[in-house]
Amino acid sequence: MKTIKRTFAELAQYPSAVLGLVIILIFIAISIYAVIAIPYQKAVDLWRGGEKIWYKTPKMVPPAWVNLFRAEKLPDTFSLNTLDDASLKQSTPSGEGQKISISLDFDYNYDSFPQELSLYFTSTFAKKAPFVSAVWVAPDGRETRLVDYALQSPKQTFRFSQDKKLVTRLFGKLPQEALFAIPKSDPLTPLKGKYQILLQITTFEKDSSVDVEFVQYGQVYGMAGTDHQRRDLSIALLWGMPVALSFGLIAALGTSLASMVIAAFGAWFGGWIDELIQRITEVNLVLPFLPILIMIGTFYDRSIVTILTATILLSIFGGSIKGYRAIFLQVREMPYIEAARAYGAGDARIILRYLLPRIIPLLIPALVTGIPGYVFLEASLAVLGLGDPVLPTWGKIIQDAEFNGALFNGLYYWILEPAALLMITGLAFSMLGFSLDRIFNPRLRGL
Amino acid sequence: MAATAPVSPQEETAAPLLEIKDLHVWFELRRWGFSHAGYVKAVDGVTFNLNYGESIAVVGESGCGKSSLMKTILGINKPTGGLVRFQGRDINHFTRADWHKYRAQVGYVQQDPFGALPPFMNIHQILEEPLIVHGVKDSAERDRRVRKAMEEVRLTPADDFLQKFPHMLSGGQQQRVVIARAIILEPKIIVADEPVSMLDASVRVEILKLLRGLQQSHNLAVIYVTHDLSTVRYFSERVFVMYAGNAVEKAPILGLLRQPLHPYSLALLDATSDPDAKNALTFRELPPGEPPSLVNPPAGCRFHPRCGKMIAGLCDVEKPPEYERTPGHQVSCWLYK
Amino acid sequence: MTTQPLLRLEDLTLHFRTGKGVVKAVDGINFDLGYKEAVVVLGESGCGKSSLAKAILRLLPRNVERYSGKVYLEGQELMALSDEEYRKQVRWVRMSMVPQAAMNALNPVLKVGDQVAEPMMVHHNVTRQQALEQAAKMFQHVGVPADFIDRYAFELSGGMRQRVAIAMALVTAPSLILLDEPTSALDVITQANIFNVLKRIKKELEISFILITHDIATSSELADRVAVMYAGQIVEVSDAASFFEEPLHPYSRMLMASVPRLRGETEPEFIIGQPPSLLDLPTGCRFADRCPLRFEKCAQEPPVTEKAGRTVKCWKYV
Repeated sequence: MKTIKRTFAELAQYPSAVLGLVIILIFIAISIYAVIAIPYQKAVDLWRGGEKIWYKTPKMVPPAWVNLFRAEKLPDTFSLNTLDDASLKQSTPSGEGQKISISLDFDYNYDSFPQELSLYFTSTFAKKAPFVSAVWVAPDGRETRLVDYALQSPKQTFRFSQDKKLVTRLFGKLPQEALFAIPKSDPLTPLKGKYQILLQITTFEKDSSVDVEFVQYGQVYGMAGTDHQRRDLSIALLWGMPVALSFGLIAALGTSLASMVIAAFGAWFGGWIDELIQRITEVNLVLPFLPILIMIGTFYDRSIVTILTATILLSIFGGSIKGYRAIFLQVREMPYIEAARAYGAGDARIILRYLLPRIIPLLIPALVTGIPGYVFLEASLAVLGLGDPVLPTWGKIIQDAEFNGALFNGLYYWILEPAALLMITGLAFSMLGFSLDRIFNPRLRGL
Repeated sequence: MAATAPVSPQEETAAPLLEIKDLHVWFELRRWGFSHAGYVKAVDGVTFNLNYGESIAVVGESGCGKSSLMKTILGINKPTGGLVRFQGRDINHFTRADWHKYRAQVGYVQQDPFGALPPFMNIHQILEEPLIVHGVKDSAERDRRVRKAMEEVRLTPADDFLQKFPHMLSGGQQQRVVIARAIILEPKIIVADEPVSMLDASVRVEILKLLRGLQQSHNLAVIYVTHDLSTVRYFSERVFVMYAGNAVEKAPILGLLRQPLHPYSLALLDATSDPDAKNALTFRELPPGEPPSLVNPPAGCRFHPRCGKMIAGLCDVEKPPEYERTPGHQVSCWLYK
Repeated sequence: MTTQPLLRLEDLTLHFRTGKGVVKAVDGINFDLGYKEAVVVLGESGCGKSSLAKAILRLLPRNVERYSGKVYLEGQELMALSDEEYRKQVRWVRMSMVPQAAMNALNPVLKVGDQVAEPMMVHHNVTRQQALEQAAKMFQHVGVPADFIDRYAFELSGGMRQRVAIAMALVTAPSLILLDEPTSALDVITQANIFNVLKRIKKELEISFILITHDIATSSELADRVAVMYAGQIVEVSDAASFFEEPLHPYSRMLMASVPRLRGETEPEFIIGQPPSLLDLPTGCRFADRCPLRFEKCAQEPPVTEKAGRTVKCWKYV
């Protein structure tokens, strides 16, 4: 306990260690938040959900905060829904049914045009479908008829750009541009101000109702942007954090503890046990690590638990076992070990009480600096297409991005976001680990 | 006598505490890890008895086999040949349980006190270890015995030291902890391997006196291993001089100091300085050369290549037997034929 | 008085900065060393005797807090030299050193002959052949067989390696050699052998020695004079004959009394207590709280008093 306290007190003297520790703590906090706020099943469902869940997001757009760095503001994404705000809707009885008038008002202060505009109608009716007519009102009072039709199904979507009549009405121009443009401007420039969509809906049955949602698919979205499946990247960035951290931690901890204990046994007992461990290590060192993992992923299972287990098993008999063994061989000759043998301490006690504690100071920094390696490994595997099939991870974002030519299409955010997180993770653990190394190995202190 | 036969109380008092007969400790040398390449004959035919409460000194230079002899007594090395009997029982026939009991009977004081203490344990943990290993389950009892041992080595008040780590103590204090650990199981024998050679002059005497006091008050038998003859007289009754795996001379300490018989003992005495300004004025007479390799020791007397009194055709051919000149003073040298 | 000493130290001070405070390892040393003279600096571990060697040879670690005073070598003030000048003109040219455990610090992959020749090639700009010849000459002086010149350190015994280390210090023909515990890890006969070698070198090469040791008995093998160091200061300087007959300072006396003797019957006595920490030194006499003879005056720092050619820092002799 005292040692831990002292370690922290010493850590406080290294600014880089403090920074590293703060970053790690923030990451851990975010991880906990992510796991609580988006439970596992929900995260998986969201990530694998497709267009049904992600109908309200634009495709492959950068995060909203890029506008902070741009002179020409890109339009944001938003939606207006009468289900959320009933005051948008005014109904008056008419015959069997009702006349509903809806006014959707919004400001448009951007310097370019949105990706797409859509109206989603949700209606209930038995036989007679409600009739909808919608008008677009620009800030200067110009009105454009959008649509007049009877709804065909309880759920119906009106995509502005796909409605041929509307396109014709706008002289073949893209509706999402023409509707916002200053008339006759060339190139088209948006007219800023208050826009309105006025809807007149007539229902013909007693219990029939209609709700409308308007979605403007902007050119930016949310904190992290979206991918080719309209998915919000922040889900994968958030969830990738606990996955990456726990993969790194478990792999580093499992590997170093296991190799330490195995090395201790080998060094203490010597003889054939040591020989066996040495030979296994040497064979393992020449086995190609990545191809084996790829084979396991391809032919057996790609779940993160399988890959993690395989990673640990393949890394236990790695180079570190030789390093630990060399240290143990030195410690084994220490007089205090001889003393312990002289008063009759058994093999297990000598290994656990006398050999292992000697290496803890070396283990802790090595463990901390080893974590990013495994985090990167997990990401690399995902990039190679061996990521867990269900979990959203950083590596998979990069894989998707690469697959969809993110860099060729200038969608840098798609790769840079997970890459930055990976880099910060590596940096944080390295800064902490190197400082721990100095604290636990006083020989390095003068450096 | 079968080794496992029970020892009657009468025999126990009659038998010496430790009986060593023609002990050989050889280590096999291997080439490429498996093929045989000879033996390091670290101990090659050593015989002596150690009585209850007796203090003997084993004197010799590094590589003379004194450490291997000591480690065999401690049960760390296994004898290659010969006999080691503890209270009449051959240690070669010890069971696991016998060994465990035996280890509580033999305490070990090492040369380098700092290395002898695990740096990651505090003094309390260090002293508790032998008690835990030997099944003292009650922690209050352990604490009592730790404090008692610390009192015996005069590390008082104990509370000032219990929570400290070895590096916070001075060399002398560290060595006291080592001694406390060696006596905490109330052993019959203490093996002290150069216990003061790494300490400062002013502390050496203190530690030797402490060991001497413990030996007398607890009727401990002490085997004091050293290369420094000047400390032996204040500590031991008998002394063995070892050279290249053999005990060349065994004598009461004053007998050796006043009248060394073996030419090697004489050389050792001659090489030892007392503080005296006259030392600077003369060169010391020393035997030429260096101790032989223990893999291929010289035939006959192992000291003959360096001996000024070598008898050609005898010393270099046949190993000298042990001659007893005066009672209790034996020497292995052809000069006393 | 008129003869110039080979080495003169005036108020030499070397303090280190550590996490716990300032360690006053060498705290105002004044001292003269004559030509062809061997002086033993006697002291226990932690008294600053190894730091004194470092201060004289300017082998300083990084955490130096204070390095001051004057060092005159054959009348030349060395503190005025830059580090580069010092390295080129002094260290290993006029003063060299056999560091502690030097025999274990030999380069394992270089032949010992080349290691001994190395300082010659660096400082005297001679060819390898000439340097090796000089090395062979040195091997003769220290009693290493000539054919060992082509051997590696691990093929040599401890005593032979120590001789090689001494040869390394000798090869550039310096006028002063510092020896830091040259025999502490060696066996008795080997120790005596090394001292025979040092005595012979002193005679044949007319060289001066500063022998730093804690071992009083063996120090008498070489000493012309003895300087006793305690807690960073020199408390007594005496000629060897008088010192080993009767030391002056109470610490020297007690130290002498603690030596077990092979010849003679006196029972050794130990000194109670421990030397003060160099981090936190008392204001008065640094030995006062262990001294059986202390009186009121000992609360102030004692002056250095001269008595029949010997100097002692003790109120008893004022």
